[in-house]
Amino acid sequence: MELISPTEFAKDKILAVQEYCLLAGRSVGNIFKRPRYLGDTLQQADLIGVGSLPIVILTGFFTGFVFALQGANTLERFGSLTLIGHLVALSMVRELGPVLTGLMVAGRNASGIASELGSMQVTEQIDAMRALGTDPMKKLVTPRVIATAFMLIFLTIISDFMGLVGGSVVATVLLRLDMAQYWATAWQSLVRDDVIMGLVKPPIFGFIIASVGCYYGLTSRGGTQGVGRATTQAVVSASVLILLTDAVVTRLLMITFAGYK
Amino acid sequence: MPVSAPSPSSIAAVAKSESAIVFQDVSLAFEENQVLDDISFQLEHGETKAIFGVAGAGKSSILKLALGLIKPDAGRIWVLGEEVTALPQEQLFELRRRIGMVFQESALFDSLAVRDNVAFRLIEEGGTSPEEIEARVREVLRFVELEHTMDMLPGELSGGMRRRVAIARAIIARPEILLYDSPTGGLDPVTSTTIVELLVKQRDVYRSSSLLVTHRLQDAFIMASHYFDREANKMRPLPPDSQDKVSMSFLILREGKVIFDGNAHDLAHSRDEYIREYIS
Repeated sequence: MELISPTEFAKDKILAVQEYCLLAGRSVGNIFKRPRYLGDTLQQADLIGVGSLPIVILTGFFTGFVFALQGANTLERFGSLTLIGHLVALSMVRELGPVLTGLMVAGRNASGIASELGSMQVTEQIDAMRALGTDPMKKLVTPRVIATAFMLIFLTIISDFMGLVGGSVVATVLLRLDMAQYWATAWQSLVRDDVIMGLVKPPIFGFIIASVGCYYGLTSRGGTQGVGRATTQAVVSASVLILLTDAVVTRLLMITFAGYK
Repeated sequence: MPVSAPSPSSIAAVAKSESAIVFQDVSLAFEENQVLDDISFQLEHGETKAIFGVAGAGKSSILKLALGLIKPDAGRIWVLGEEVTALPQEQLFELRRRIGMVFQESALFDSLAVRDNVAFRLIEEGGTSPEEIEARVREVLRFVELEHTMDMLPGELSGGMRRRVAIARAIIARPEILLYDSPTGGLDPVTSTTIVELLVKQRDVYRSSSLLVTHRLQDAFIMASHYFDREANKMRPLPPDSQDKVSMSFLILREGKVIFDGNAHDLAHSRDEYIREYIS
């Protein structure tokens, strides 16, 4: 294995960050430039949004289900089992819904985007597109970024709801609680700031998923092996960035909304 | 009124605006590997220049440099009077719409049908009605004799058919310059001859300027010694003593330098040992 000097390693990483920032910046800047690829954006919204529905529904449902099961133990010790709806609603809407949906969509779509664009890159289709006078940043990157950021909001709402459904199954079937009471507790526990906090994150995560996928796809080198490597790196980087961004955004939102300080 | 003599720079500027492509002192390196070392050449309007060299000599890089897909480390490049090395990205896309490129492995969009691949440029540029796009696609596919493949995907075509579709895609917008990257590479002799005939047809029917990168010397010699007979719809040998009626030149690269730039006659009579060995 070839050894790389620490200076070269640091330079490579800084260059990669710079290239990613340029790509991410241009993907947003292109929203305000012509031509706009509405058809491609809608197609991506269908592929990324509608295509991710099954996995998001399952993840949301079972997360709420398991969370209610685990939470019930603790709540029972304090005689507060009726608050199970409150616990599931707050956890799903504020944190688990956005993050888990983000991670699931990252696993499915960051890899898909990276492998698709990577294959196009290594077979010179990206160069061909440039040669034909079309900017791949406008045609390929921006539609994916807009579609993912937009659709992740709706996927997160669905995931939150399915989490509450999962919790209600545990509350009514296993814990023998009243369903109306569960939903009333869940509904009353949520305030405007919780919903805002839960819906600010998805577009940010969506932007990360698509831009990271596109970056690794467009910079993949070395044939099919390189595409495979780019795909793996895209999922890992997008997932890590989502978790890191979540921590930062959560803290910032807590500071913004006085009630969470 | 006094008449001042034109300055050398203004003469150079006129030459650059009159030539289809001008490379001036261009150098390019990939990490430690010096691919092109201070090379200069010109491609005149209506001329076809075949570029030769061993693998890794920088032949394909010359095409990518001309398109502005990569930037040289030093030197200047003019294409259709525009300085490619100084143009911003947005204007490069505009310039590329006047150039057609056929990639080494065709580089067709594998998720699009042949019809959409060929029509890609017209659809992207906009302003052309679907009916006209359909007619133009049929016209160029007929030109490459592949009209029946319109609804097929690139994966369903043979290597030679893919090259011909790539040629159709490159010529649909009637570009002023065509860049061919090894259009006959890896093909059987019969298919190669079909492709060469198409290049001759394109050259003689549409009079476009072109750079042809190839490993196959015989392809370029066929192009230099044949013309396209429109009435018979086939390629025919040029009569003796009329070889100069075809604007065809040869450029040979060796270790990053241009070691030959001239016509078929000069090439055949070169005394350079390397060139003699190369053409033998």
